[in-house]
Amino acid sequence: MTTKLLEVNNLKQYFPIKGGVFGRTVNHVKAVDDVSFYVNEGETLSIVGESGCGKSTTGRAVLRLDEPTNGNIQFNGENLLDLNKKEMRKKRKDMQIIFQDPYASINPRQTVRQVLEEAMAIQDAVPKSERVDKMMELLDTVGLGSHQLDRFPHEFSGGQRQRVGIARALAVDPTFIICDESVSALDVSIQAQVLNLLKNLQQQYNLTYLFIAHDLGVVRHISDRVAVMYLGKIVEIGEKKEIFDNPKHPYTKSLLSAIPVPDPSHKQERIVLKGDVPSPIDPPSGCRFHTRCPFATDKCRDEKPELRKTETMTGTHEAACHYIEDIEAGRHKAAE
Amino acid sequence: MAETTIKEPAAKKPANPHIENAKNIFKRLKKNKAAMAGGILILFFILVAVIGPYFVPYTAAEQNVLNKLQGPSAEHWFGTDQLGRDIFSRIVHGMSITLYIGFFSVFIAAIFGVIIGIVAGYYGGKIDTILMRLMDVLLAFPGILLALAVVTILGASLNNVILAVAVFSVPAFARIVRGSTLAVKELEYIDAVRALGAGDSRIIFRHILPNVFSPIIVQATLRIATAILTAAGLSFLGLGAQPPKPEWGAMLSDGRNYIFEAGHVALFPGLAIVIVVLAFNIFGDGLRDALDPKMKS
Repeated sequence: MTTKLLEVNNLKQYFPIKGGVFGRTVNHVKAVDDVSFYVNEGETLSIVGESGCGKSTTGRAVLRLDEPTNGNIQFNGENLLDLNKKEMRKKRKDMQIIFQDPYASINPRQTVRQVLEEAMAIQDAVPKSERVDKMMELLDTVGLGSHQLDRFPHEFSGGQRQRVGIARALAVDPTFIICDESVSALDVSIQAQVLNLLKNLQQQYNLTYLFIAHDLGVVRHISDRVAVMYLGKIVEIGEKKEIFDNPKHPYTKSLLSAIPVPDPSHKQERIVLKGDVPSPIDPPSGCRFHTRCPFATDKCRDEKPELRKTETMTGTHEAACHYIEDIEAGRHKAAE
Repeated sequence: MAETTIKEPAAKKPANPHIENAKNIFKRLKKNKAAMAGGILILFFILVAVIGPYFVPYTAAEQNVLNKLQGPSAEHWFGTDQLGRDIFSRIVHGMSITLYIGFFSVFIAAIFGVIIGIVAGYYGGKIDTILMRLMDVLLAFPGILLALAVVTILGASLNNVILAVAVFSVPAFARIVRGSTLAVKELEYIDAVRALGAGDSRIIFRHILPNVFSPIIVQATLRIATAILTAAGLSFLGLGAQPPKPEWGAMLSDGRNYIFEAGHVALFPGLAIVIVVLAFNIFGDGLRDALDPKMKS
């Protein structure tokens, strides 16, 4: 019933830092460091994490908008990193991206008609004679009127532009869409509209989403499964319900404790992390979270924890922490 | 049917941003009196270059040795030179040569400069380093020296002057275009068309080039002034237009020998050069402010 549409293994994305007189590479920003996950057909996997943790970079690497340093990206059973430039361009028909900033993601010099026309022309997805019909259909699908076809981006509101961005992504009939913070730039009422639109489209066209976000409320609304990233690594992954109701990793717990509860009488224990996120240029040894983790021990400083499953987890839930059981049983207490 | 028509209000054609933008630029340009004066002067010069020669009383080469080195008079507005040629007529005839050099050399320079700049900015890496270091080498030479070298190698003629001026103008375009390309290529909509599978040529021609166009126009206008000045300089040194062509630089050079007895022979071609160069400079400056109001300091 569930087939993996996308499977990413050991993805690494290092950006070189040039320095010195001759522009030698002096170091790397390890934006994404050995990340593995998969997305089943028709589901939504969300990647959450604070800014700079590598979630957007992961999305861009999957689409090869930035060339990944290392890894394996199986899409429909084919390794995308083995494709040459031309083959990859053909493949792009099946995988699209909706960007964060609806003001920057559309060429201000093109009308909606030109934007959509170009999308179809590049992939030759729709025969010329049917393009106008298809455009009308697309506009209707995303909730815009056909009379808006000849308008320029500056004549739309942010939410409307994001709909244009969605229409552009849909113009080539993709099976997989990456939503890179697609609703973060919109205000809350519009966010809900666009999220619901995305959900409806998913059902209508059997789309698979990789949803990148930092807003946990949004993630809770749209995802089937959730992956939590910290400093270039996935620290916890699993079904939405599991992650939200049964978080195991100390980082996930502190992240979830930051969700505001709209109830003034609700007394919530907020786990406040100390310090800042360390630099991804020279990430901490062992567990990357040990510099801020209240439970950190010498073992955390030396040994890298792998994603693993314990008896108290269900489904595909996995977390990368040495002390899941001990913390749960109360044997291992947070340092004050 | 009726319901659908209600939704669409009396087909108000949405404003085309290209036209709107052009209108705004013109509005800002109009506020700048100096720039407008420069622009009008340039239009006037072009008009003179095209129809002027039909209205002046003498041809460029018509000699009247008996009347040589005459001062300005009703018959010869700007006087006559050492061969008795009417200086006013020669300046009007020379206008087309001056503008031809200015426009054509800058046009050639812009084409090469834009190609080099976009390729360097878009592809980056080694290609960028090699191309831009090459441009730096050209920039390291003083313009007139580089032009001199080119003319010396190719021989003295009007077309070689154009080529020489073009060569030293290329780096200015390449640098500006590279800078703008670097900025534009990082925009999200470039990523969006890349994600759709667009190739490099589509991205460059459809999405980057239109967005780096305004700095190119400004640079071209300002460069025309420099080009005219350099070309006049080369002709002054005897390396440009050859006699009896009424090139202003060459006329200036002729007048140099009589500067004390008949200063007007050098004065009027010199004034002509100054006014044309000034017109292009102030128009270019005004255009820059009008195209990018944020940059105005």
